[in-house]
Amino acid sequence: MIDLKAAFEQSGLPAVLDQLDRELVGLQPVKTRIREIAALLLVDRVRAEKGLVTEAPTLHMSFTGNPGTGKTTVALRMAEILHKLGYLRKGHLVSVTRDDLVGQYIGHTAPKTKEVLKKAMGGVLFIDEAYYLYRPENERDYGQESIEILLQVMENQREDLVVILAGYGDRMEKFFQSNPGFRSRIAHHIDFPDYSDDELLQIARLMLLKMNYGLTPAAVEALKQYISVRRAQPLFANARSIRNALDRARLRHASRLFSGGPVSEESLSLIDAPEILASRVLQGS
Amino acid sequence: MRITQGTFSFLPDLTDEQIRKQVQYCLDRGWAINLEFTDDPHPRNTFWEMWGLPMFDLSDAAGLMTELAACRKAYGGRMYIRLSAFDNSHGCESVKLSFLVGRPKEEPGFRLQRTEKGGRAIEYTTVSYAAEGAPEGERYGK
Repeated sequence: MIDLKAAFEQSGLPAVLDQLDRELVGLQPVKTRIREIAALLLVDRVRAEKGLVTEAPTLHMSFTGNPGTGKTTVALRMAEILHKLGYLRKGHLVSVTRDDLVGQYIGHTAPKTKEVLKKAMGGVLFIDEAYYLYRPENERDYGQESIEILLQVMENQREDLVVILAGYGDRMEKFFQSNPGFRSRIAHHIDFPDYSDDELLQIARLMLLKMNYGLTPAAVEALKQYISVRRAQPLFANARSIRNALDRARLRHASRLFSGGPVSEESLSLIDAPEILASRVLQGS
Repeated sequence: MRITQGTFSFLPDLTDEQIRKQVQYCLDRGWAINLEFTDDPHPRNTFWEMWGLPMFDLSDAAGLMTELAACRKAYGGRMYIRLSAFDNSHGCESVKLSFLVGRPKEEPGFRLQRTEKGGRAIEYTTVSYAAEGAPEGERYGK
């Protein structure tokens, strides 16, 4: 009998997965998929120890979702998880955009892309807003060249690096339609759902906790109201909007303390309702 | 005559797996790896051509192994290829490790040329058979 649980404990993975659960609010489909991948790699490793031949699975992924849903954060964690499972030798993350891959003149693109790929070997190559790589409206665009090199390395050096493409859902869909080679080489298409109001509130609490701030009960109510109003407005970027709102609340908090007299130690880290209610979002409505 | 130089000159040529491990050792210490090639292997020739740029910022040997494969595809079997690791830390700033990773198929070696001088003095020069008759790029076959 083989004790998979023991192998799991030994890999140091429980700590990473727990951290994932603790620090990432919501994102259930994402977490499920990460656990599935972890299980597959763990079983593969045990199988390899028993001499059962397995081909290394394809782990290239695409993360789609609206802004601020945690794609980059999860990519960072993914590098760590794959490293702990022994799939990646180094487990670092190289985050790039179109600028880092595509050159400006003929013959510039291939060395640039190869340079980035070399840097990413042994780790994860994270291509943010990957759909910008391909510009169908400009037929002399060098993005296609970069895509071809990427595809070749993704296919031939699967054990050397994992490529994660990220971007907004509808545009990624279009990108895959015009590059069918990409779709078939990516095994895991993970969709990041939007956060619910409750989840956003939880995220806000976590962010404040990390910065050593607290909310008064009145401020919590104000924040709830803020979230529901902000969601309906254009350019809502989930957790990122919340972070910006909190940053502005900190500004107002600081200026309130500054304009008043001496302050208690407690009030230094307690954000009150007026700070949130003063937001333009709530003032306008 | 099999020409040797560098860190592992007393060993047989390293296999790819051994090269990979040496490279990983260098990268783990933060040294930058360079690939160089030449067809003038005279021991005093320190100016070899570089293959691409020095590889800073690598973290895994796989990146170098792809470059080495590309370099061998272009020059393998007719040039000497050397790998060197440069340590840029303050106080060192020099090559820490260097060894051959590729050599021509046939190595005719060197001739020792004696020139008689005044009195009974003799001046010695080493002359490469391959480099003697042909220009750069054609010395070990095209």
